[in-house]
Amino acid sequence: MQGNKRFRNFNIGTVWLWLGLFALLPQLALFLVSFLDRGEIDFFIPSFTLGNFKRLFDPAFVNIFLDSLYLASVSTIVCLLVGYPFAYLLARTSKRLRPWLLLLVVIPFWTNSLIRTYALIIILKTHGLINQLLLWLGIVDGPFSLMYTDIAVFLGLTYTLLPFMILPLYASIEKLDTRLLDAAKDLGAGTLRSFWHITLPLTSPGIVAGCILVFLPALGIFYVPEILGGATNMLLGTFIKNQFLVARDWPLGAASSILLTLILVLMALVYRMVNRKAAAADPLAPPRRRRRGRVA
Amino acid sequence: MKRKLGYTYVWAVYAFLYIPIIVVIIYSFNNARFSTEWKGFTLKWYDLLLKNQPLVDAALNSLLVAVCAATLATILGGMAALCIHRYRFTGKQLLHGSIYMLTISPDIVMGISLLIFFISINLELGFTTLLIAHITLCMPFVTLTILARLAAFNENLIEAARDLGATEVKSFLHVLLPITAPAVAAGWLLSFTLSMDDVLISFFVTGPSFEVLPLKIYSMVRHGVKPDINALSAITFSLTLVLVVLAQLLVRPGKKYRME
Repeated sequence: MQGNKRFRNFNIGTVWLWLGLFALLPQLALFLVSFLDRGEIDFFIPSFTLGNFKRLFDPAFVNIFLDSLYLASVSTIVCLLVGYPFAYLLARTSKRLRPWLLLLVVIPFWTNSLIRTYALIIILKTHGLINQLLLWLGIVDGPFSLMYTDIAVFLGLTYTLLPFMILPLYASIEKLDTRLLDAAKDLGAGTLRSFWHITLPLTSPGIVAGCILVFLPALGIFYVPEILGGATNMLLGTFIKNQFLVARDWPLGAASSILLTLILVLMALVYRMVNRKAAAADPLAPPRRRRRGRVA
Repeated sequence: MKRKLGYTYVWAVYAFLYIPIIVVIIYSFNNARFSTEWKGFTLKWYDLLLKNQPLVDAALNSLLVAVCAATLATILGGMAALCIHRYRFTGKQLLHGSIYMLTISPDIVMGISLLIFFISINLELGFTTLLIAHITLCMPFVTLTILARLAAFNENLIEAARDLGATEVKSFLHVLLPITAPAVAAGWLLSFTLSMDDVLISFFVTGPSFEVLPLKIYSMVRHGVKPDINALSAITFSLTLVLVVLAQLLVRPGKKYRME
């Protein structure tokens, strides 16, 4: 069957060609540039150096990096604490209602996060919604602004990234077989105990996936701190962007972005591990699916 | 009581997610330039937007890129889904893994790596580079959407088609494609939204000769709240709303081709 084979090879070839050319090769180029010197005229010149990585230990950059890690971690934890009970309740609503409630999470997930960040300004600024509300409640007695503060950046990151936490959590909680919880209850386990020993371990892949989807963008999404935090917060995303568009120091920008990729790889490995553990821990999980569908 | 508390919590989170957007939409009809008070209904901000020629041009550019990128990403992403689902070949795991990694890889890294690549091969930044970047951005999402659909479908249909003498191409065209059509359409819609909304990648891979809407919005938003941005936000949000609802209706698992 010559035609079949050609069709198959054409498909595999095209997909690999595209990914190789426009995903793998650029990634490789980025890696290479991080070891090069910046040129006077060119963005980088072919002379090997480790200087860019040495510069990452500069106190100024270390501060930026730690600030970013702090901001991203807190936002991730807040998203998890808000998102987990939410996803749990959502997964336990009636089957008829569930798709619609889920749709209400999917819509902000796909809405332009720049627009959503902008929408927050209206809430946070002087005479904004929060200001009016606190005035009305008598908690404050004058105009004030939350804009350009750390709180605004936290709120911005949590607001834009919360749907990215909820969706993977929901997917893993919905899969959880409630018979396990019933069994635990019959055996005398309290709510807290069965949550700790059953629900949490079995939904851990969702937790890790959600954390990846919030933590990584929180480090790179430069416009949220730029719009809500003003000029005081220089974060990793802004730093990388500035090296490419303002300071024109591409090798340094490339070297600092390698940090992001390292974090990504690390988190992906954790996800793999947690996923395997959860699958092994689930007594009701079906045996691993056999691979199907093959063409000689 | 516990139930009530749960519902209150769920709706409070929804309120958190939606109130800012709803407020922006309301203000886009407010007949006041600076005030946050309601000064009557107006459509003048929308009118102002339509008269802003550079903005309209940027929107048209975005639309062009989004349509082209979504279409090509859907074809390419569909091919990748087909490869992963149907074929056995060396590097299949690697392909599947790379596609997963691409969906979670930070946009900013994809943006700068493509920028370095394009500059290295002397490709001028503009429509072509943006299109290539957006296809690469959207393709993995299409693949995963289609794979999810394929996972729910009965393999015997393909076997039956092959037993009846269909070639690989024929069984693809007459069995696999109709079954996956809703997921393919959903993949297209989601790619379109992704491309229309992308700021981080466009930031690096498009040049001054080819301006796109999200970058225009970015530079506008940095200068604070303005009623015409409210109007623009309202339009963008409505467009996303329609596309996402359409996509969701499409991927709802159908009963037609399933056999338990």
